[in-house]
Amino acid sequence: MKRRNFVQLAGMGVGAAMMPSLLMGNNISTEALLEPGMDVIIKKQLADVALNTAKGLGASYADARIGRYLNQFVRTREDKVQGVVNTESFGIGIRVIANGTWGFASTNDVTQDGIKKATEQAVAIAKANAKFQTNPVELAPVKSYGEVSWKTPITKDFKEVPVSEKVDLLLSANAAAQQNGANFVNSALFMVNEQKYFASTEGSYIDQDVHRIWPTFGVTAVGDGKFKTRQAMSAPMGMGYEYMDGLASEKLEGPDGLKLYRKSYDIIEDATMAAKQAKQMLTAKSVDAGKYDLVLEPNHLGLTIHESVGHPTELDRVLGYEANYAGTSFATIDKFKSGNFKYGSDIVNIVADKTQEGSLGYVGWDDEGVKTKQWDIIRNGVLVNYQAIRDQVKMIGQNESHGCCYAQSWNDVQFQRMPNISLEAGKEPYSINDMIKDVEKGIYIAGRGSYSIDQQRYNFQFGGTMFYEIKDGKIVGMLNDVAYQSNTQEFWNSCAKICDQSDYRLFGSFFDGKGQPSQVSAVSHGSSTSRFNDINVINTGRNV
Amino acid sequence: MGIFSKEEARKIMEKAMSFSTSDACVINLSGSESGNIRYARNSVSTAGHQSNQSMAVTANFGKKSGTATIDEFDDASLAKVIKRAEELAKLAPENPEFMDPLGPQTYDESKTYVEATANMTPEYRAQVAEASIQPAKLKDVTAAGFLDGGEGFSAMMNSNGLFAYNKSTNMEFTVTMRTNDGTGSGWVTRDFNDVTKFDAAEASKVAIDKAVMSREAKAIEPGKYTVILEPSAGLGLLQGLGRSINARSADEGRSFMSKKGGGTKLGEKIVDERVTLWSDPLNDEVPAPTWNGAGQPLKKTTWIENGVVKNLAYGRYWAKKQGVDPVPFPSNFIMAGGDASLDDLIKSTKKGILVTRLWYIRSVDPQTLLYTGLTRDGTFYIENGKIKYPVKNFRFNESPIIMLNNLETLGKQVRVDGSLIPYMKVRDFTFTSLSDAV
Repeated sequence: MKRRNFVQLAGMGVGAAMMPSLLMGNNISTEALLEPGMDVIIKKQLADVALNTAKGLGASYADARIGRYLNQFVRTREDKVQGVVNTESFGIGIRVIANGTWGFASTNDVTQDGIKKATEQAVAIAKANAKFQTNPVELAPVKSYGEVSWKTPITKDFKEVPVSEKVDLLLSANAAAQQNGANFVNSALFMVNEQKYFASTEGSYIDQDVHRIWPTFGVTAVGDGKFKTRQAMSAPMGMGYEYMDGLASEKLEGPDGLKLYRKSYDIIEDATMAAKQAKQMLTAKSVDAGKYDLVLEPNHLGLTIHESVGHPTELDRVLGYEANYAGTSFATIDKFKSGNFKYGSDIVNIVADKTQEGSLGYVGWDDEGVKTKQWDIIRNGVLVNYQAIRDQVKMIGQNESHGCCYAQSWNDVQFQRMPNISLEAGKEPYSINDMIKDVEKGIYIAGRGSYSIDQQRYNFQFGGTMFYEIKDGKIVGMLNDVAYQSNTQEFWNSCAKICDQSDYRLFGSFFDGKGQPSQVSAVSHGSSTSRFNDINVINTGRNV
Repeated sequence: MGIFSKEEARKIMEKAMSFSTSDACVINLSGSESGNIRYARNSVSTAGHQSNQSMAVTANFGKKSGTATIDEFDDASLAKVIKRAEELAKLAPENPEFMDPLGPQTYDESKTYVEATANMTPEYRAQVAEASIQPAKLKDVTAAGFLDGGEGFSAMMNSNGLFAYNKSTNMEFTVTMRTNDGTGSGWVTRDFNDVTKFDAAEASKVAIDKAVMSREAKAIEPGKYTVILEPSAGLGLLQGLGRSINARSADEGRSFMSKKGGGTKLGEKIVDERVTLWSDPLNDEVPAPTWNGAGQPLKKTTWIENGVVKNLAYGRYWAKKQGVDPVPFPSNFIMAGGDASLDDLIKSTKKGILVTRLWYIRSVDPQTLLYTGLTRDGTFYIENGKIKYPVKNFRFNESPIIMLNNLETLGKQVRVDGSLIPYMKVRDFTFTSLSDAV
């Protein structure tokens, strides 16, 4: 963690600490969010200035991304509005290959002159860095798509929903929690609209309009010298404001009266439950350490998938490009090449995907103009592929990019980012109730909690939001102080059962960090409730 | 250029203020010029330059506030940003916790700016990468590193007559060295306001030596061990303690600093009596700005003295509500150390583990400040005063409170991540499992 983060975190409450760098941009009025961006005809003309300038200076490849990034962030605690922030960031990023080397420059001066200057800078950087380059960049071929467009399929644009309606909804959720015994509530709504235009010397001009939303809260109960916080059971989604509709058809009944949500979220219902559960957590039994069969709910399992499958199968990590920051990977090239590296049990099938509706990774084309798709990472338990982009696939003997290149803004250079990485549902009908009935000694874990994994992704420890003890096929009560420790390969090989498609839901991370300087990216992980046998559970209770 | 002088900043802010029609107005102006270089696989991967300038205006009508920002400073833009903030303020709900802006304040002159750091060039950054990569290659080691640094300024003005300005420089370097057989890894970090204190070759050598020394680590049983924590490792857990000094959370009963039955741990002894922790923006080794974003002067403040909680941080609103003086949050941390060098600490250890750094540290239980994470990039077994062999990495589950109660010896202080932290020898540090990661 950087010192400035340390100091900021020391000085601010939970809500403020969540304020992401993503929200950097100029603050604007709510009405200004609705102003149309630059016309697509003008964008094409300006992008062509970059492409032509780059080619004129000897670049063998160039792409230009004109981006308008709009964010809205509403933050409350109890009966108080702590902040309504709207931001806009607009500019162009130009990436070139000259002398076999990448160069990148960006500017918020989106005029012919401004773009020419930035392009000259990008080419100059490429030529300067070429002196240090040992292996010239080789790009996998990509189709020329001409002039195309894509939009997240939304039915309610957050920009058209009045701020007062959003504030009222959060304050109602806070009130519901307090009426049900919560001492404190922090709640927030993050909304993002990326309006991005991509053009490259390959002959593609791609206009995309991407939407994301994340409602969240922390409900805290205090009693008898203790405090417990129950986090929201929502997920960040690649959806519009319609996610907040709370449709009954998208609700699932979990064990012990838990309400779980698919593609529609009922924040008031969840806050009401959260208050009751936070109070219950204050007096729950402390877990006995030992081996348990774990039944992991998708809003929990998603984070485990993210850390133990998503990150280790990023090709740049595997090759050592991220060694100084996030680390490398145990899923090395020799294991992949063997064709028989048993990452998980036979029922474990994990797919990478940029096309799933409602997911955070869903776009039409990635940030280097590659049409998005779905591909296998683990099939029948065996590692069969990585996540790789145009300048990487050759290193694993492939000639088609996977289409998972992304930059957090026009101001940052695009690089390989995690697509949605999801566990396929079980093929036979099998419900969460069936699963619990089959467990003799186990723990059902719902929601995300503490997470930590080593720099090669072997050893991990995860907590959760709520823990329920399972004895002889029945939930017998809530538990406290639970964390499980395992090794990635052992863990996935202990996967014994996966519920069917009717239980499938998305978990998401809005702010996955990678790179130096660090960039954030949003990614979903789908799964159905799954059972992992004989996992080591530790007791995290301490007396201080 | 992203840097305005004190007088340039004052002039721009005064101009902006002249357009204000609100009850109260606060203007923050900041900018930075920084450059970075990143390398991996013994080759430069990216290099960049970043220049930023931004003005944020908060306008207030009664208890309503609105904030707008802009990055252009001509008269029309300044008028626009003020107008926009005022429009947002009029539409905003009332904030019951609103505090009137502070009046004029007196600040100490900070020591945060060093010309040489501001003058770092792309060529210098390339030389740093070379000073890391070349010696690595000679030892059959692969370097991956990152250098980032430059200068910045921040200024603040409000309609009650407050004006503040600070200019600072900073550089931060990290490198991970991995042996080409994949069995050893070392790491080092350096950060300074003054780049002339930085020696890339010396730092890189530390990481290369650790990588070579840590090859073919042995697995030993997890459990409770005496550990020598290098300052980077110690800081990782002390940050958890640093985050718990918020008086409001403590008063609300939702912090480690809350006392059972009500109240806070202010005045209570919570750790070994040798532990003293303070912040001081005028410290020569870790200089920091002498005012914060609310315009409050920052002075030397003692947080823990001889193991006793001396201060908790009170924001202006919470201080007023509780009837106490505000205590601003710190801009650095300094922990008292001792005279022992790392060698002395190793020599005096019968059986223990030397830990270079702790990684992926996450809160497990905010009530007890229990954290988990792993050792990384150089973990060694010590027996009878000598490093015997490298050991496989461990996962720990430990609280800084338990750690500081089990203190054996404090060593010399080292600057790390803007704070000054001593080497620490601690008994009964809890490792809960082994990791195969190198």
